[in-house]
Amino acid sequence: MSDAVLKMTSVVKRFDHHEVLRDVSLTLHRHEVVCLIGASGSGKSTLLRCANLLETINGGDIELFGQSLLDPRIDPDLVRRHMGTVFQSFNLFPHLSVLDNVALGPVRALKRPLNDVREEAMALLARIGLQDRAGEFPDRLSGGQQQRVAIVRSLAMRPSLLLLDEVTSALDPTLVGEVLDLLSDLAKSGTTMLIATHEMNFAREVAHQVVFLDQGVLVEQGSPEEIFDHPQHDATRAFLGRVR
Amino acid sequence: MSSENDADAPDTPPFLFAPWRRQILRGRNGLIASVSSSVAIVMAVIAILFWTPGGTTFRFYFLNPHFMWLALRGDPAHAVNSVLGGIVTNIWIFLLCEVLVLVFALLIAWVRISVSPLLFPFRILATVYTDIFRGIPFILVIYMVGFGLPFLGLGFLSTQSPAVYACIALTLTYSAYVAEVYRAGLHSVPHGQILAARSLGLTQYATMRRVILPQGVRTVIPPLLNDFISLQKDTALASLLGVIETVRAAQIGTDSYFNASALTMSALLFLVMTIPMTRFTDHLIEKDREKRLAGAQ
Ligand SMILES: Nc1ncnc2c1ncn2[C@@H]1O[C@H](COP(=O)(O)OP(=O)(O)OP(=O)(O)O)[C@@H](O)[C@H]1O
Ligand SMILES: [Mg+2]
Repeated sequence: MSDAVLKMTSVVKRFDHHEVLRDVSLTLHRHEVVCLIGASGSGKSTLLRCANLLETINGGDIELFGQSLLDPRIDPDLVRRHMGTVFQSFNLFPHLSVLDNVALGPVRALKRPLNDVREEAMALLARIGLQDRAGEFPDRLSGGQQQRVAIVRSLAMRPSLLLLDEVTSALDPTLVGEVLDLLSDLAKSGTTMLIATHEMNFAREVAHQVVFLDQGVLVEQGSPEEIFDHPQHDATRAFLGRVR
Repeated sequence: MSSENDADAPDTPPFLFAPWRRQILRGRNGLIASVSSSVAIVMAVIAILFWTPGGTTFRFYFLNPHFMWLALRGDPAHAVNSVLGGIVTNIWIFLLCEVLVLVFALLIAWVRISVSPLLFPFRILATVYTDIFRGIPFILVIYMVGFGLPFLGLGFLSTQSPAVYACIALTLTYSAYVAEVYRAGLHSVPHGQILAARSLGLTQYATMRRVILPQGVRTVIPPLLNDFISLQKDTALASLLGVIETVRAAQIGTDSYFNASALTMSALLFLVMTIPMTRFTDHLIEKDREKRLAGAQ
């Protein structure tokens, strides 16, 4: 397809002699939401870190808009500006106000004028209902609020896609909903996302494609109905049986 | 049966008072306790100064108001420099070195924690530098710089005043220490912060400048200030090169009058200079502790 945003082909990643990703191929199209599921240690985080070049791969290829990221002329900083990344532990900058957290990337990486960026950042904060907290420091916010600010911080870069790594796993169960709601909103408005998650109901609801990883192998991939209702492989069935 | 009941409800109320000595020490009446202990300590100091066998002689040689005043004012008639004029030299040496050390040490620390292959030789140099200057006693460094550099015939570097050589020596030694303080601070920033910054597409430089540095330096401000208190006092070692700062001036006064009260005066001036800084440092440490306690709850 021509509207592929991110395309991973036969990606292999090793730590020492431990193969963490084995021949993983995956394509993310424009406006598509792909959910990565799999047991702990199956390689979900590693796959996301390979995608934004925080890890270097040992085999295969990764393409962003048809350009190989293995090309030595590639600048990883420029690549990452097209990919928003949100972590399990929000990693907000504690020394900056909420507003400045959101504005830092556009101002310092994209060199956009401060006033424009601030205005846009305020609009983004308003979208998550935190415009009144813009001047406060992140440690004054609840975990759910911090994670929503982290999501908005990566949106401020106007990325082509978002990579989300178990963004609700560090949250109190009562706060998970508000973060998932924001992600559902983004999905509805057409944001391209690759989401590693343990929230199966959420994956069924928002994903266009679900990918099941087992010990670094991409075992099965399909629509939520295919994966959750008619899994083809024993490993998938066993995994779903355990998490249900 | 009955023994269990005894444990629950004793027949006579138990005796629960502390012995009277401990009641006082614990300060049931806080004001009385603190006033009486302060008075006791002041009395002890006065007793040492006035009732010891050598008390009178000691007061004459070290606490003589007349010679303290002469030292403070200076006594041109006897070619005695003012310790007050001397401390001005200490202060400008300190201020100049402080700025130089802050900048130079940061540069060293930055190079040492950098990962860029381009900086590899500088990383080695920076490591060797900190090893050398933390390892040599300062008194040797100041002699080597003060007496060595002029011999080298290095143009303007070899024709400076002793005060400038003292500044160079202080900056070289203190930068090695302060660079290590900085480095500890920069290393204390959690790795997730770096991942988040790099994921936003910030360059290595911007990550350092906007994310790591502001957080890392904040945590080491109290130890940095401690090093600067030492620096304030070590400006006295400029006297080894013949700089007439306050300690050298006090020595001249002591030799001229055969009375050491000038040294006491000089010590007092140092206290006036360092105490605000030590108080401020403690204040910051206390504030930081309160913040962390509030965070832990
Ligand atoms: N930096 C590293 N060095 C060595 N091994 C690593 C490293 N990072 C990950 N691994 C290993 O790679 C495997 C996959 O880890 P990864 O974090 O990608 O799993 P995951 O699917 O995200 O798990 P979880 O659901 O617990 O987050 C694990 O066995 C892990 O021990
Ligand atoms: Mg993970």
